[in-house]
Parts: sequence; C-alpha cells; structure tokens
Amino acid sequence: MEIKIPKDLLYTEDHEWARKENGEIAEGITDFAQSELQDIVYIELPEAGQEVAQGDSIATIEAVKTVTDLYAAVSGKIVKVNRELEKNPELINKDPYDSGWIVKIKISDPAELDTLLMPAEYKKVIQEE
Amino acid sequence: MGQKKTTSLYKKHLELKASIVDFAGYKMPIQYSSIFEETKTVRDSAGLFDVSHMGEIEVSGEQSAEFVNYLVTFDISKLKKFQAKYTVILNEKSGIIDDLVVYNLENKYLIVVNASNQEKDFEWFMKHKSGQVKVENAGKKYFQIALQGPLSEKIINGVTENDISDLKFYHAKEEKIANAHVLLSRTGYTGEDGFEIYGKSEEAEKIWDVIMEEGKQHNISPCGLGARDLLRLEMGYCLYGNDITTETTPLEANLSWVVSFDKESFIGKNILLKQKEKGVKRKLVGIQVPGKRIPRYGYNILQKGEKIGVITSGNFSPTLNSSIALGYVQSNYEKEGTNVEVEIRNKPVEGEIIRLPFWKNGSLKKKH
Repeated sequence: MEIKIPKDLLYTEDHEWARKENGEIAEGITDFAQSELQDIVYIELPEAGQEVAQGDSIATIEAVKTVTDLYAAVSGKIVKVNRELEKNPELINKDPYDSGWIVKIKISDPAELDTLLMPAEYKKVIQEE
Repeated sequence: MGQKKTTSLYKKHLELKASIVDFAGYKMPIQYSSIFEETKTVRDSAGLFDVSHMGEIEVSGEQSAEFVNYLVTFDISKLKKFQAKYTVILNEKSGIIDDLVVYNLENKYLIVVNASNQEKDFEWFMKHKSGQVKVENAGKKYFQIALQGPLSEKIINGVTENDISDLKFYHAKEEKIANAHVLLSRTGYTGEDGFEIYGKSEEAEKIWDVIMEEGKQHNISPCGLGARDLLRLEMGYCLYGNDITTETTPLEANLSWVVSFDKESFIGKNILLKQKEKGVKRKLVGIQVPGKRIPRYGYNILQKGEKIGVITSGNFSPTLNSSIALGYVQSNYEKEGTNVEVEIRNKPVEGEIIRLPFWKNGSLKKKH
C-alpha cells in the first residue's frame, strides 16, 4: 500500500502532521501511523482552551494493534478539537490528513515550526522503520 | 532474520492493495480495507482468506494411524475417511506444542499446523517416528484458502464441479474447482459456516480468482489476518503463542474436548491425567470489558485490587460493540458472571467473566 505524505505539511518523528493556518496549526496522525495502528477504536481528546507545550501528550488513540499518544507538534493553546472523532474514530483511518484532523493549536512560538520535519525528511523516518 | 517468505497469492495481495505485515516469517496481508469491515463481511456474507502460510505435514505408511495417534491427544482411530478433527500435540510435561487439524485421507493423514510452529512440529514428528511410517513436511506444496461466512455454501456451489451442500462440518472431499483438483473441507476458525480449500500452490491464483468472481454477487471481500484474529477471538478460539503455549495444558485452556483419556497412550498423557485428578490451578476464561479500552496481552486481571490472572488475547469486537479478551485466572474465579477488573494502563476497568463464545449467533451453529 502506498503511504501518502502530502507536500504542504510538516511532520514529527512521532508520526504527527501539522498544517499551518493563520497562526494556528491543524494536527493529526500520518497515513503511515494510521496504517500501522490498524483500525482505530477510540480516541480520548483534550479540552479546547488547554495550554500545551511542544511534545506534551494531548490525546490517546486506542487502535487494534496498540494504544498510542498524540503529542503536541508545537506549544500553544488548543483552540479546536475534532469532536466528530468521538463518534467516528475511523475518520482517522480513512482520511488522516483532512476529516481525520484531531486538534488545532494557536502557535505561541513560531520558531518551533522550524524544528518540524519537511516531507522528504519524514519520508526518510518511515523508510528507516 | 532471513529472507521473508511469500505465499503463491502474494501478487494478488499487492494488486488488492493489502497492508502487508511480517507474520511467522511470511509477508502476509493484515487487511485490505479495514479489519472491522472485513470482520463484519464474514459475519454477514463471506470473506476469502489466504492462509497458505499454515504448515502441512503428511504422514503415510502402514503404521501411520498408530504413530499419529501417539502424538495427538484425540483418538483419531475414531475418524472416518475424509473426516477431520481439531486437536493438539503435547510434550512430556503435557504442555501444548501446537494446535492442529488432522485429516484422515485416502492412504495418508494430512496434518495442518500453525505457520510459526511448522519446523518445530516437523522435528517433533521426526524425533518420535518409528515403524512403517513416512513423514513429509509438505507446506510448500500446498496453498490454503479459507472461504468463511453464511453465504459460503452458495459461493462454493457456484464453482465446484459437484453440489457440496451435503458436506458436513469437519468433513472433507476431493473436488474440482476451475478444473483443478482440490481438497475441499468444511472447516474454519471463525464461527461461521465455511470451507478451507487445499491445492497445489501453482493453482492458487486461478482458484482465488474464480471464488472472488463468483462471490461478487454475494458481497464477498478479501480478508486479512487482522479480521481472522478478531473473528477467532469473538468465538473464544485459542491463538497459539498467546492463549496456548508449551507452558499451558489442554485442561487449563478448556480444550479437554480434544483429549481422549480413554486412549491407551499419547505423549503427555500421564501428567495430564494427574492434573485432571488434582484439578487445575488456573483456567482460560472469556472476559467482556464494556467500552472501547482494549485489554491486551500481559495486562493483569484483578479482583478487589488483588491480581488473580493475566490477559492472553484482547481486542475490540465490532460485532458486540465491546472490548473482549481471553485470559487465565485462578480456577476459583472461573465462574461465569464473576466480576473482575482488568488493569488497563494502571487503571482498573470493570469486566465480567463470560461463557464462551462471545459471539453466539454464528451461522455455523444454525447450520449444524
């Protein structure tokens, strides 16, 4: 199966993606991550309004293969949470980069974006796994 | 690790865009679309599985019946021609070496074993071989495809030379599909009506294709090992390496129905008989854990904060919309309805011991 790595996104080594949108990022897990996890059963989401630091665990994803945490790709304030996932967690499997987004974070330190991986760098990360 | 092996259907899996994983040394499809959707398809209509990674051992020769009967726990002298039986082989301490299916065929026994155990099993057979017996490790010769689900009979009747409606559960016959000779067996590991088909590896693709084509009108879909594992767990069937190992006995694993104690002798009988007389200390049970947190291998089973056992398999069951698990508990806790907790990431989550199978409405039960 071909793993999708959209060119317009940034990535983390923990298989999160981030899309820049007017001082915020939308964040989710990558196509590689969802295919490794297999069917997602349930996601424990954070509350909007919460302040988080880069690397903090902000959600827990329970899937057939294993359970995993979602880490904040940047520091900031969680401004939106995709509540649709509580009813339909399979959106993450089916559409990880779009309707399967998980949180939106208002960026507090734009310099942190430079610490994220470019698509080509992320591709290397998954080739090594 | 050496080169990973593939089955004769590997090209098909790639064409069907399966997710491939390493399983028991083979590159196997874990899923094609979604494990939950494939599970549902098998419960509702029919799914087709490539299980060619399973091992086959053939035993022939004048004394093959006595030899096989000394290795397996069930008394296979009771099997009629073309009848099959699920049973186990034990070591001298009555630990389970493998669970397997024995077919009593014309002039030979075909023994279908777990992929991960085929070398170990073959060595065990060779080590104990005596008299007029020939043992062959025949895994590479055969493909194995499983068609499982309530509509399996309709589909298979559309591709076989003869009508097979009368074939009974755990019986097999020689048949022709797409002009190829196969062994057609009414068996499976899903709780649904279904068939397992054995044939020459080079004819696997042809047979896969005609079944998929015939199955279209019956909503067939290819299914991977992920769905297979979930389907067997919903039935409370054991997975070797998790629920049964050389450290567990058939009495602990609720498999006393595959043991013929009235048989004169089989490897492991003496210690097993002692265990039967004394009673087992632990028992494999089904545990339902309402909700979506999954109890996984190695998680503790508690009662009032005290550890009473450990989970050996767990998953979320889309059929029951609940998490389910198998695990060993101290035998005084084995009773159906007993409240327990499973420690999921340091948090006790309430569950209940359930009489197996979890899924009680399979087409198999309705049919046979």
